[in-house]
Amino acid sequence: MLDRATSALRGLGHRVTSRIWRLGFASRFFLATLLYSGPSFRRFFLTVREIYFTGVLSLIIILVSGLFVGMVLGLQGYDTLQRYGSSEALGILVALSLVRELGPVVSALLFASRAGSAITAEIGLMKATEQLSAMEMMAVNPIARVVAPRFWAGVISMPLLAALFSAMGIFGGYLVGVQLIGVDEGSFWSQMQASVDFREDIVNGVIKSAVFGIIVSWIAVFEGYDSEPTAEGVSGATTRTVVTSSLAILAADFILTAFMFRGA
Amino acid sequence: MNRMTLDLWVGVFVAIGLAALLFLALKVGNLASTNTGETYVLKANFDNIGGLKVRAPVKSAGVVVGRVGDIRLDAERYEAVVTMNIGSQFRFPRDTFAKIRTSGLLGEQYIGLAVGGDEQVFKPGDSVKKTESAMVLEDLVGQFLFDKAAEGKEKSDVNK
Repeated sequence: MLDRATSALRGLGHRVTSRIWRLGFASRFFLATLLYSGPSFRRFFLTVREIYFTGVLSLIIILVSGLFVGMVLGLQGYDTLQRYGSSEALGILVALSLVRELGPVVSALLFASRAGSAITAEIGLMKATEQLSAMEMMAVNPIARVVAPRFWAGVISMPLLAALFSAMGIFGGYLVGVQLIGVDEGSFWSQMQASVDFREDIVNGVIKSAVFGIIVSWIAVFEGYDSEPTAEGVSGATTRTVVTSSLAILAADFILTAFMFRGA
Repeated sequence: MNRMTLDLWVGVFVAIGLAALLFLALKVGNLASTNTGETYVLKANFDNIGGLKVRAPVKSAGVVVGRVGDIRLDAERYEAVVTMNIGSQFRFPRDTFAKIRTSGLLGEQYIGLAVGGDEQVFKPGDSVKKTESAMVLEDLVGQFLFDKAAEGKEKSDVNK
């Protein structure tokens, strides 16, 4: 009886300590990535190549989903606003919800599943096929050569993708609201400009997307580097990247929103 | 993939990303309109500012000429002291009236400046003497009901 209780407690303790240990390892890995990121800027082509794979190849999914999210916002927003006779405020609704929340968050979720999973799988397979060990044998630091360029590529791409998502969404809202339904074009844009503040809304949105970029890239490279060097291990790490970074994005979004928009 | 095409694609990506940011800043946000350049400060005391907020517009004849910079309570006179940043190309006569107005029935509140005919103009840091407080809807409804009740009483007195 007592034996079973202690073993249950030991199991709980082991789970907690191993999580904390992993978090500490991830933090030291993050610091090492920052420390060895010199080459990814000195030999900038390494980073440019990764920006192509993470940023440019994510363009289609970001642009198309931004357009559709904006169009749905236009339809739904108009449906609610016209009950109160203020359908001209559609521009405000579309722009504020995209720039403040949906742009950074949805594009970060898409980025995590499109680019983050690819980064994890790539680094994990490099580890499984012992390419990373081979680099170490040749006195090439795999963190400087493989991890840091991918990390910085994600950090650079994410704010640009979020801005494109928001811009595309506003265009989608304009298409549905003004062209399809027939909200007055002048008041759509002028009300939007009157109530979207550059520093309060747009800069905060960019800060959010930069933070999400750091979180997603960090989790992706860490999960890849830490994965079990087997086929099963790589697939598990890829799944963990998507799940962990999605949860981390939503949690970080709540914290950032609580600090940024406390309704002054 | 060779280096030239890679560079080209990344260049295109960064360029349209920055263009999207510029679009958000200029077409969606109000970066172009907030940068009015030099401003000077005018103060005004109000009995009640209603729902006026910092950064609310200050308008003259419906045109935005500045923004509310700061709102404080004068602890001795129990009045709200509103600091306005007015664009320095605009000068207002000393008998200008500052009124708190609402755009539309439920819209945001702003300060309207009704210009007088004085020869002299405000210097930076001056206080606007003539002010009119915000219209509080509850007070108006209360007064309306009170008037109606008084009217009804008069009528019943006449009928007697």
